[in-house]
Amino acid sequence: MIAILDYDAGNLTSVKKAMEYLGYPCVVTSHPHEVELADKIILPGVGHFSATSNLEARGLSTVVRNAIARDIPLLGICLGMQWMFERSDEAPEIPGLAWFRGQCRRFPDRVKVPHVGWNQLRVRDRGRLFRSIPSGTFMYFTHSYWAPVVEGTTAECEYGFTFSAAIERGNLFGVQFHPEKSGDPGLTLLRNFCEL
Amino acid sequence: MLTKRIIACLDVDAGRVVKGVHFSDLRDAGDPAELAPAYSRSGADEIILLDISATNEKRSTLLEIVRKTAQHLFVPFTVGGGIRSMNDAATVIDAGADKVAVNSAALENPALISQIARRYGSQAVVVAVDARLSGNSPPNYEVWACGARRRTGKEVLAWAREAEDRGAGEILLTSIDRDGTGDGFDCELTASVAVAVRIPVIASGGAGNTAHFVQVFQQGKADAALAASVFHYGINTLSRLKQELALAGLPMRWPC
Repeated sequence: MIAILDYDAGNLTSVKKAMEYLGYPCVVTSHPHEVELADKIILPGVGHFSATSNLEARGLSTVVRNAIARDIPLLGICLGMQWMFERSDEAPEIPGLAWFRGQCRRFPDRVKVPHVGWNQLRVRDRGRLFRSIPSGTFMYFTHSYWAPVVEGTTAECEYGFTFSAAIERGNLFGVQFHPEKSGDPGLTLLRNFCEL
Repeated sequence: MLTKRIIACLDVDAGRVVKGVHFSDLRDAGDPAELAPAYSRSGADEIILLDISATNEKRSTLLEIVRKTAQHLFVPFTVGGGIRSMNDAATVIDAGADKVAVNSAALENPALISQIARRYGSQAVVVAVDARLSGNSPPNYEVWACGARRRTGKEVLAWAREAEDRGAGEILLTSIDRDGTGDGFDCELTASVAVAVRIPVIASGGAGNTAHFVQVFQQGKADAALAASVFHYGINTLSRLKQELALAGLPMRWPC
């Protein structure tokens, strides 16, 4: 069973729909004990970084840390990925998971913000999520803050400058784009995660 | 590189697509749940469903239509038309929409924009602005409400900036003068708004051929362009349009 974490950060139905379409059983939950039983975890989320404080408030952040310690595969999407860094300028008082070094920053004034639309990936390292997803593939992005390129960056994207489109460390994965909204290549990436 | 987006619009009345396309592989071209994925397969970067039902009784089917349409649709999906309140927005998003488009209700109560943005994020709020030319030297555009039936006295640039300040994530800008004419987008209007705000602008109204899209992206500085009737001649029209725009040197998701 795959647990999709509900922490009041936007719309979770689209991720659930994609998993159901692909045929993987999943549950949308905010109950720590339900998450503990999951063999994979997805941390979706759109919206404000401050929503991640709900993870702490609901006891989910401890569960996630324990899951990482047990090597349970975890995929953070958009805000869920940014939370894996140390912090974000969007809500500097709220610490992130700090599993990746660095801070998320707002796009500069010279480009339109949010960065909305289909943009191309530059896949640096095939990573396990990018099986059958070549460099140059388009994915759908919508975000105002960007995560830096770090050692664990598996795909980059260009908008004003280069940022992390995907990260991987052990069984911890993050993507800035929305695979559940990126047509067939996005579904392929979700399937790759489910098949880990 | 970030691509220019082609957005297919489904106008829905009483749960049925108006001016439905005759796609050979569809059993029912009037059913949004069949038409939306077909558009997606042929290269639409996004789908917008606008409920143009005149009465509340006709609109009562909207949530079920949104749920069915979203079920097998894996590109961004916006729903608009008759979103009057935070509760309307919430139910449509819960039914599977990624974004809501607000128009008349936001003109009456601009705080609605920030309410939805706070709950779902700015990326979920599209403010639809219907503009009509009201003076020629220099060109001046006024915002109209209630399906372009009522003038508001608001100036388009001022309203677009206010919408941005209140948390809109995108502006869907329709030229009432060009809508349905096939004479091309109003590039002057589009460019004036596109440079006045820092959020993406979707141009709408007047699409008739490929050159019109080239113009609205180049001269009009649009980030996305929307069309309904131009795709109604068949599924190949959309994929051919994207191919031609890519050949014209515009950044396109092609092939997709």
